[in-house]
Amino acid sequence: MRRDRVHRRIPVSAASVTIRVNRAFGPVVEGEAVVSDEGFSPRYDLDRWSGVITKRGHNLEGVNIRDKVLFFPTAKGGIAAGWAFFDIKAKGIAPKALVFGVTNPVMVQGAVFANLTITEGWSREPRECIRSGDIVRVDPAAKTIRLVTRASRDEG
Amino acid sequence: MLRGERGEPVRRALELQLEVGKFYGARRFVPVTNVHMMGDIEVMGDSGLDHLCRLAQAGARCDVPITTNARCFDFAYVDRLGQDAGEAAKERQLIGYLRQMNVVTTDTCINYQTVYQPHFGERLAWGDTGTVIWANSVCGARSNFESGPSAMAAAMTGRVPEYGFHLDRHRRGTFVVEVTAELKDYAEWGAMAKLVGESHQSYFAVPVFTGVKRAPTADELKHLGAALASYGSMAMYHMAGVTPEAPTVRAALGGRKPKGRMRITRADIERVFAGYGNPDGSCNFVVFSGPQQSLLEMRRLADLFDGRRVHPGTTVMVTTANGVLSAARALGYAQKLETAGVTILEGVCVYILQNLTRMRAANGWTNMISNSAKIVNTITAHKFNTILRRTHECVEIACTGVFR
Repeated sequence: MRRDRVHRRIPVSAASVTIRVNRAFGPVVEGEAVVSDEGFSPRYDLDRWSGVITKRGHNLEGVNIRDKVLFFPTAKGGIAAGWAFFDIKAKGIAPKALVFGVTNPVMVQGAVFANLTITEGWSREPRECIRSGDIVRVDPAAKTIRLVTRASRDEG
Repeated sequence: MLRGERGEPVRRALELQLEVGKFYGARRFVPVTNVHMMGDIEVMGDSGLDHLCRLAQAGARCDVPITTNARCFDFAYVDRLGQDAGEAAKERQLIGYLRQMNVVTTDTCINYQTVYQPHFGERLAWGDTGTVIWANSVCGARSNFESGPSAMAAAMTGRVPEYGFHLDRHRRGTFVVEVTAELKDYAEWGAMAKLVGESHQSYFAVPVFTGVKRAPTADELKHLGAALASYGSMAMYHMAGVTPEAPTVRAALGGRKPKGRMRITRADIERVFAGYGNPDGSCNFVVFSGPQQSLLEMRRLADLFDGRRVHPGTTVMVTTANGVLSAARALGYAQKLETAGVTILEGVCVYILQNLTRMRAANGWTNMISNSAKIVNTITAHKFNTILRRTHECVEIACTGVFR
């Protein structure tokens, strides 16, 4: 039902925006995109109690990651992600999906452990076709990310 | 195992490993002989503690030798640091569960300097990142970054999926770093790693250093590796004529063309140091941590602090492992540091200390000054402004209260 409803809102231009990913794990999810120019570590960048990115000067400083589909070019540092995703999921502040250009095994291990959708590699640069605020659908089995609704145009 | 004849914890451990292996297209599992895991209440939270409790109750047991990384409490300092007694109690509980499951709680991020030295080609499942890059680069052993749950899974199943740095093709150098600067301090090795890591952020990027003027010490390679892993998410580097898979640059590249070349000059290193701002001019928090200090680092610090006093109002923290601290006491290094007013913490790392954000605010620390490029990067989630300085400069700042 929800899927049909969302489909009716797709403008013609949005329907054609699909990114293919190289590797993927997790359930199909749909959510608001947050597109970052900078990499990510849940240990270095994130306040793991509020879900807000708190690293000074981070491209997404002040952004809450809860229920978002997060696009990051790279993963940074840290072994801690392995527990951190499970922890933020239990706290109810986890994102819906992590979409990486290049990631590292810790992010993958952590996402699998938390049953959180994660992908790596993209056929086209998300920054050129997805804007923060757009609604996107991540389908790990099909290895695709599809633009569902443009941010302001479709909602307003 | 997947049928559950070795119990539910082992079945779930293998399932986790299978999914991760599938993600990376691994074709088989390979046996591991040593595991190192990160697990503390600050990073695991209540959900992680519950998970460990369930595992322990289900009779989970680690068959492969497994040690633990630095944690978030030195129990002797809970009150003095204003840490949360409730969380400290949970940390003790957590340690109890780990021991019940046959985990050796060493609480050190320098296991390779204190507990276990892997041999060439040995398969491991290690995490923290600094331990992994050491094993791959300096020992020629083979490990991916293994997070806590993943490392525990390996210790239970005795294997890991073969992907990433278990495979020859990912171990070859991908780009060349020509070092013309002569690096004189841990902080300078870290500064180089910052430049190389930040500009090539990728788990599968493997720098090949060449031109290094003299044989580096273990502690220098430790700071280099820890910072490369931190800034670049890198798990391996080569150093021509120094590391075992790099008799030459050509050999390290494995016959492939490098994807790029960069040069590190003295001016580049100086620019890194000049790049740290100190908006309010304060310098009342100086840290020697991340990674924990080796015995030789402890000796150097003891020499530098000998006969001096930490400036009133300034806090200096040094972190190290239990075994190192014990030796440092026997040798008198610890006493020299403590006489000078330095706080020595055991089994922890400063950036993962429980309650650090509030500790920072309560003590009026806006800047953290350190000789470790790694911690200068990792502590930033706690809203510190961070400043990298050479070891002797850090000591000078700590004892004079004057920033330079």
